[in-house]
Amino acid sequence: MATALAEGRSRALPAFLGKTVRLLATIAVTILGLLVVTFLIGRVVPVDPVLAVVGDRASQSTYDKAFVELGLDRPLYVQFGLYVEKAVTGDFGQSMLTKKPIIDDIARAFPATLELATVAILIGTLFGIPVGVWAAVRQGKLVDQVVRIVGLMGYSAPIFWLGLLGLLVFYAKWGIVAGPGRIDISYEYAFTPTTGLFLLDTAMQGQWGAFRNVVSHIALPASLLGYFSMAYIARMTRSFMLNELAQEYVVTARVKGVAEWRIIWVHALRNAAVPLVTVVTLSYASLLEGSVLTETVFAWPGLGQYLTNSLQNADMNAVLGGTLLIGIIFVGLNLLSDFLYTVLDPRVRRRA
Amino acid sequence: MSIGASRQSLGEWLQSEQPASRRQARLGQAWRTWRLFTGNRLGMIGLAIVLLLVLVAIFADVIAPYDPLLGGDLRTMRLLPPSMDHLMGTDDLARDIFSRVVHGARLTLMVVALVAIIATPIGLLVGTVSGYFGGWVDTVLMRVTDIFLAFPRLILALAFVAALGPGIENAIIAIAITSWPPYARLARAETLTIRNAEHIDAIRLQGASSGRIIWGHVVPLCLSSVIIRVTLDMAGIILTAAGLGFLGLGAQPPQPEWGAMIAGGRRFIIDYWWVATMPGIAIFTVSLGFNLLGDGLRDVLDPKAGK
Repeated sequence: MATALAEGRSRALPAFLGKTVRLLATIAVTILGLLVVTFLIGRVVPVDPVLAVVGDRASQSTYDKAFVELGLDRPLYVQFGLYVEKAVTGDFGQSMLTKKPIIDDIARAFPATLELATVAILIGTLFGIPVGVWAAVRQGKLVDQVVRIVGLMGYSAPIFWLGLLGLLVFYAKWGIVAGPGRIDISYEYAFTPTTGLFLLDTAMQGQWGAFRNVVSHIALPASLLGYFSMAYIARMTRSFMLNELAQEYVVTARVKGVAEWRIIWVHALRNAAVPLVTVVTLSYASLLEGSVLTETVFAWPGLGQYLTNSLQNADMNAVLGGTLLIGIIFVGLNLLSDFLYTVLDPRVRRRA
Repeated sequence: MSIGASRQSLGEWLQSEQPASRRQARLGQAWRTWRLFTGNRLGMIGLAIVLLLVLVAIFADVIAPYDPLLGGDLRTMRLLPPSMDHLMGTDDLARDIFSRVVHGARLTLMVVALVAIIATPIGLLVGTVSGYFGGWVDTVLMRVTDIFLAFPRLILALAFVAALGPGIENAIIAIAITSWPPYARLARAETLTIRNAEHIDAIRLQGASSGRIIWGHVVPLCLSSVIIRVTLDMAGIILTAAGLGFLGLGAQPPQPEWGAMIAGGRRFIIDYWWVATMPGIAIFTVSLGFNLLGDGLRDVLDPKAGK
């Protein structure tokens, strides 16, 4: 028995290493693939990359020099090599619009998106899970139908349209939330943005007036995005819970006389929680996508707005840099959800 | 039809336990599926909405009371609120919004249809080839699929449109390029269960080429599940197209595309709410219709997934 256990352990370590190596290889291949896609998109763009650098009034000799400097005279695979080399060091070129390195621009815009997405996923999870459990417990009843329809409406409404209507009703008509933007100008210099997450910054520095202002700005866009992830989380919670409630251990618990609320919220939900972690992580990732349109409507100075602004000004470096970064975050969150799954589910953990 | 069949009613013929021909068996199966589907009330509502969209798109010229592109008198007919003359009001160029929404149905239907026509074959081809051959072909194709799946859909579509230039054709191409990977995954999974079936072995022994086996015997078996998936995706396609239009990257003005119309009404939403609200209601209704239809179809055709 003891030897078997020791053997198992000594075999487990190489298996774990092999798994890690395989995982790293997958990440590397996927990110290389992302680079190929953005590189190729960058090649088919009708915008002349040389003109973007030297301007259209440059002389022919300046143009030729820049052409060579950008490596455009080299074969495509050499160009790609250069592209990868630069990307690895975080160099995505310069933005035509802001005249700053793309990576700096993105670093400035990212916290705004992160803050919005985080508040939204909190709202989505805090409401989505109880609602999904409730719908599962009352399967086929009125509550279940209402949850289904409210969820379907969430899937069907264009988010930018709901955002506009929200601004119209809650900001313009009733005045209970602040308008577009992250913060009013009068509060903008009331604190020093250390983390870039304004809720955290203002709270840590005790600027409660500014904090309230930030809350009133973030409330509407975060609730909207939260509604969309709530629709998804509630739907998945419902189906996981239905699955768990049909298991035999639930019958056993009932026979033992365990209180119904305990069966639902402690026994069944704990088992449903494992796949739910994956769902929540994935909807966190999809909030990045939803943020492109939401940020445009709410003039939210995040990654999504940076991307659309650059697009409208044909600033390809910025567009591709932003796309690549979002792709990498997406891959990262997908891996995180896989990882959490193996950590939380003892069955998967043992098999691995 | 035989004399015996003509004596029974059509319903009996369809529900017969012993179909006399392949056609009867197929029609009978379709009839039973249809009966099951009609019992799904939400699914029927979805079907009705989608049929309405198709009818409105076909008869747009008859239904729309005004020209969708030419406005009325700019001095007196701009930004009129909804009334009997203008059911949804008029926009800033004195165009009747109702007529524009009606004509927009054509664009929406075109986007959905073209994306489905482009993306479904790509997904089917990649998935079936990948699943049928296995080995390194499978690895390479699935890696490529994974890379496309690694981008959020709207953002990849944005990058493609940025490269190809704005316009509805390019928006359609961009959406199609970003929608095929899930179909490829699905087709591959189906192919893996089919490729070792005995009837495939029998065909192979008869000397059929791989291309012939895939096209003639694997693809037809994958088709139905892929089509359900495409239907379920259609609401998403409509929303992506509308989003691209809203960002000014899809259909260009003066085309009456719903997303672009919302963008046009955005500037004066506070004083003239109907300009941006009405096209949004159209998008919402149509994508709700596709969602309900897709859900209903899935419940009927694939009882496992619905639950």
